[in-house]
Amino acid sequence: MSVVVKTIARILVPVILVFGGYVILHGHLTPGGGFQGGAVAASAVALLLVAFGAPAVKRLKAPFSVLEDLGGIAFVVLAFLGLGFTFFANSLAGMGGLFGAPVPTGPNAGILNSGGTVPLMNWAVGFKVLGGLGAVMVLFGLFGGDDDR
Amino acid sequence: MNLPEHAPILAIAVPLLGAFALPLWAKLHRSLRDGWLALVAGATAALTALVAVQVYTTGIQVYTLGASFPADTVAPGGFPIRIILTVDALSAFMGLITALVAVVGFAYAWRYLAEDEGKTLALTLGTLLWAGMLGMAFTGDLFNLFVFFEVTSIAACGLVGYRTWASRGPEAAFKTMVMYTVGGLFVLLAVALLYGEYGALNLAYLARQIGGSLIDRIALALLLGGLLMKAGAVPLHMWAPDAYGEAPAQAVILLVANTQISLYALFRVLFTLYGGVPDPGVGWLVVALGTLTLLVAALMAVVQMDAGRLVAFGAVSQIGYMLLGVGVGLTAVAARPAYGLVAIQGGIFHMLNDAVAIGLLFLAVGAVERASGSRNLGTLGGLGHDLRWTTGFFLLGALALAGIPPLNGFASKLMIYQSSFLLSPILSALAILASILLLAVFVRAFQGAFLGPRLRKAEPVPVPMLVAMGVLALGVLALGLFPELVVRHLVAPAADALWTGRDLYLQAVLGR
Repeated sequence: MSVVVKTIARILVPVILVFGGYVILHGHLTPGGGFQGGAVAASAVALLLVAFGAPAVKRLKAPFSVLEDLGGIAFVVLAFLGLGFTFFANSLAGMGGLFGAPVPTGPNAGILNSGGTVPLMNWAVGFKVLGGLGAVMVLFGLFGGDDDR
Repeated sequence: MNLPEHAPILAIAVPLLGAFALPLWAKLHRSLRDGWLALVAGATAALTALVAVQVYTTGIQVYTLGASFPADTVAPGGFPIRIILTVDALSAFMGLITALVAVVGFAYAWRYLAEDEGKTLALTLGTLLWAGMLGMAFTGDLFNLFVFFEVTSIAACGLVGYRTWASRGPEAAFKTMVMYTVGGLFVLLAVALLYGEYGALNLAYLARQIGGSLIDRIALALLLGGLLMKAGAVPLHMWAPDAYGEAPAQAVILLVANTQISLYALFRVLFTLYGGVPDPGVGWLVVALGTLTLLVAALMAVVQMDAGRLVAFGAVSQIGYMLLGVGVGLTAVAARPAYGLVAIQGGIFHMLNDAVAIGLLFLAVGAVERASGSRNLGTLGGLGHDLRWTTGFFLLGALALAGIPPLNGFASKLMIYQSSFLLSPILSALAILASILLLAVFVRAFQGAFLGPRLRKAEPVPVPMLVAMGVLALGVLALGLFPELVVRHLVAPAADALWTGRDLYLQAVLGR
């Protein structure tokens, strides 16, 4: 691709990744969540693929598939944490500190550390989706034909 | 943590975790992967057995995900809103079938799959498929049924098509994917209709609400269509022979268990969800589809020249027997004559017998293909000289599937013949005709592949594969020689869960 596309891609990729992280981080407060944020972040991979071609992103395949596995494992392990009560129970909610306190009733500006295991699960899903979609796109780039050049 | 209380969810979560972690272990070393798989499979089988023992001794077990304690099914306001697992005797019975099939399949795969031909991929997808099947068997929630339906669909299609270098693998996987996806959308639409009408997704709660309105009937038709597509009943069977023919042998027996789990979901829908508005017409529809399935598939098997596809059509025809047995029970569920219960027992017992016998046949065909490099009955011959054990196992499985006494297929087919005779003699005549056809088919396959002069050199079959087949062969003999014991202790409680257990199922979740 032309130097314009490459330059814009260099500027946009970090922004897209940050926005994906934002959507994941606020998943328990605003619309969006792990899947949506992961898909946004994975669109950065699509941009890289378009701008720099398949050879440039080839070496991302192995990290992406590991990331996908780790995301899945993290999600199930977080669900296991609830086993003191039941599977998937939110055992971290209201623990204070990073996991925060129960949100007081009534309108508020959005208290970030109030979700217990839910934000962590959003991150797990986000990494799984980024890894999965990223690996799929890298594979498309590697095995797809070059007819449309 | 109280292990027996948490066993139902752990039986689903452990293989899920195992499947996600399997590729990472494989990146370190393949022996770590094999050890991890053995650990996960052993733990899951033990948990499934624990669930079964509890359910068979103390009744229905419920588990509420995310609640403060497992039996906390009903939220304040008397409304079940959380994800609830409800395991009754039939669910536990299906769990046991999947555990048997998966453990045997993994033992077989250890030496059957080549390391450089995607072995890690096949084992991962197999574990994921197992988790999905257990989820479908144990769930008490209609939407979760759909979710696990999709989990099994994706894992199953991956297993059919991952061998992209085999010419017809991806084609079979695409066909299967289309059928599974359309079936899944049918189920999703039915879920949406019922949710829109009653505002709930819990099976027990919906079962109490459903009154037979037009929307209920449309949802029932969609559920029937979607689940029968997944089960591979005629006329929606065209994916099954391709998928069974192209997937590696250890995956095929998981796919067979997967069709049975879809049948289980169908029976759950017909008897529990719609048990309050029994309609003999639906029962007759199931009977008609079952009879059609067993006849058409047996006739199609007659003309096959590929041993894998031949056994695959045999597998499809067995689905017909299960549908026939349980369908006969469904036509009579309102009046509850004795033959209806026998029919349901026969249909459910046949699930176990089919898993064992057809599993043995598929594994034997896989061993033949690995040993001689071909499955074409036109070029094979005389394998009995070299593959003595495999020959015996194939013969045993074939005779059992054709319903020859004293093997296990006879025990359950006799129950189906007897009870369908009382509903209509023509049904049992057609069922017996299909069995005779199957006997002819398997005699031809056996003669073509194993008898006669030695035509080609055959490699010896590795011992773990023989042990896996031996376990299933022992199952064929044991289930055939002691059917009374199995029916009384395993099958009868499972059949009662459909026949009379609906009220208990609703009470276990709703508490009243």
